[in-house]
Amino acid sequence: MTLLTTVADLRTARRRRQLLVVAGMVLVVLAAGTGALLVGAAGLTPGQAVAGVVGLGEPGDVFVVQRLRLPRIEAAVVVGAAFGLAGALFQSTLRNPLASPDILGISTGASLGAVTGMLVLGLSGVALSATAFTGAGVVALAIWLLAWRKGLHSIRFVLVGVGLAYLCSSLIAWSMARSQEHEAAAVLTWTVGSVSDIRGEQLTLVAAGALVLCVAVAALARTQGPLSLGDDNARALGVHVDAARVGTLLLAVALVALATSASGPVAFVALVAPAIARRLVNDGGAALTASAVTGAALTLLADVVGQHAVLGVPAPVGVVTGLVGAPYLLWLLATTEKRSR
Amino acid sequence: MTTLRAESVSLGYDGLRVIEGLDLTLPDGKITAVVGPNACGKSTLLRGMARLHPLDGGRVTLDGADIGSMSRKELARKVGMLPQSSIAPDGVRVAELVARGRYPHQGWFGRHSSDDDAVVATALESTGVAEIADRPVAELSGGQRQRVWIAMVLAQQTDIVLLDEPTTFLDVRHQLDLLDLLTELNRARGTTVAMVLHELNLAARYADHLVVMAGGRVVAEGAPADVLTQQVVDEAFGLRAQVVPDPVAGSPLVVPVGRFHAGA
Repeated sequence: MTLLTTVADLRTARRRRQLLVVAGMVLVVLAAGTGALLVGAAGLTPGQAVAGVVGLGEPGDVFVVQRLRLPRIEAAVVVGAAFGLAGALFQSTLRNPLASPDILGISTGASLGAVTGMLVLGLSGVALSATAFTGAGVVALAIWLLAWRKGLHSIRFVLVGVGLAYLCSSLIAWSMARSQEHEAAAVLTWTVGSVSDIRGEQLTLVAAGALVLCVAVAALARTQGPLSLGDDNARALGVHVDAARVGTLLLAVALVALATSASGPVAFVALVAPAIARRLVNDGGAALTASAVTGAALTLLADVVGQHAVLGVPAPVGVVTGLVGAPYLLWLLATTEKRSR
Repeated sequence: MTTLRAESVSLGYDGLRVIEGLDLTLPDGKITAVVGPNACGKSTLLRGMARLHPLDGGRVTLDGADIGSMSRKELARKVGMLPQSSIAPDGVRVAELVARGRYPHQGWFGRHSSDDDAVVATALESTGVAEIADRPVAELSGGQRQRVWIAMVLAQQTDIVLLDEPTTFLDVRHQLDLLDLLTELNRARGTTVAMVLHELNLAARYADHLVVMAGGRVVAEGAPADVLTQQVVDEAFGLRAQVVPDPVAGSPLVVPVGRFHAGA
């Protein structure tokens, strides 16, 4: 009886902790979002901001809030959540904290796809997103074909991915060198992520796409627990390991492609957000929800920092996340070599 | 009662046949130990019988039904398997790991229910790890950790439990502890246990049914006292040995001879 209550209590405590982390990160998002609404070239009072959000204030305030600030906040949240969730899926499915889509070159592949679509095919809008998807998909497929040897060897995945990431960056740099000056500026946004120009129809599309993908992820989420115990254990527990892994990775690739097609690669969010979330939740699980919310919080915070010239000049979100993420990656490399096989 | 049977199964790796047309039936409610020299195919056979390794030929049946045509979850509700050297993810606690054994019993969006809690509690209790239910698995000793993994397989509530070298990496005291635990579970619940073991004398003492393999085939099987003879040890392991009665259990005790110590 007492043991039964212990087991039940442990389970409740675990769920409470997950909720607490998610709620904490939501609070961070709300706080940073509020800050981003109020502070800027046109300073707004809380009253003006609220009036702007509901569309009842001065026309000027309404414009600033609804056309400039709110879309940027929403874009940061959607893109950040997509990167965070994708990173968590990659890392847990490949059982390696380094195996995130930015390290593996999936986001770079999406960027290369977009750059190619823009410069070679002269595309824009949704068609450009399609080329970003293609780029991410091609890189993912290439990693799979080059790294899969009758079983998962996550170190090989990471090494192959790092190689492909370099290849894609070089190709992007090459297209940039070949392009006209006005094109080069546009290409630049595909090498450093930015959420400043996502609004209107595009924002709605990305948000809707992310929502659909999240629902699909929820359907597969339960396999992550058994999968984290290794392929054999997962099979012994009744998981269709290959199907679950391929399904999860496809969804993760789609999330990355979707987010990258809107913002470009926001460096390191997919790597860092799940690591923070897992550490906070600390139950040996994949911490999917927490990773998504953490990704949103990180991206929004980084965008606020970049936007308000904390670094001396206004910088796109990808620059800030890169500055924060790179040291984290180094620390991770220095401390985790013993675990992955 | 459920019977797991390998019917002329062939298994291998990359076209290299390890086992060709092997038949084996795990006796109901008994403890079966599979022994044999390295690379004789004993682990591969067990993995094939748990559907962790694809069959190149033949079939494995559970009460006559081909396990290959069952859903994986259905099989996981009937046959549990603890693979070799399982590693727990960082941060996972004992009760949480054991609760993962409930996976095959839960639906699509299934959450743990209070029924699951009861099964987990029983599994923790019967493996003697109830006191450490809230400890992170990574902090435990090797012996405790192996008990936790067995608790996870027990939480699967299967009639048959397969274990691939469950005593490897354990010192002799913890090997005995673990085999005592498995015997207890077998006697108390009637669970059919089949395991691959390296230690011949412990296998002979704890098994009701001993299977000796060599070169991908069964050299001998049956009650340990009938099976473990000088000739069989020589045939399977290429080892000159004396077989005497174990002074404690009466089961056959294999005493190897070696090059520097002449046999009597």
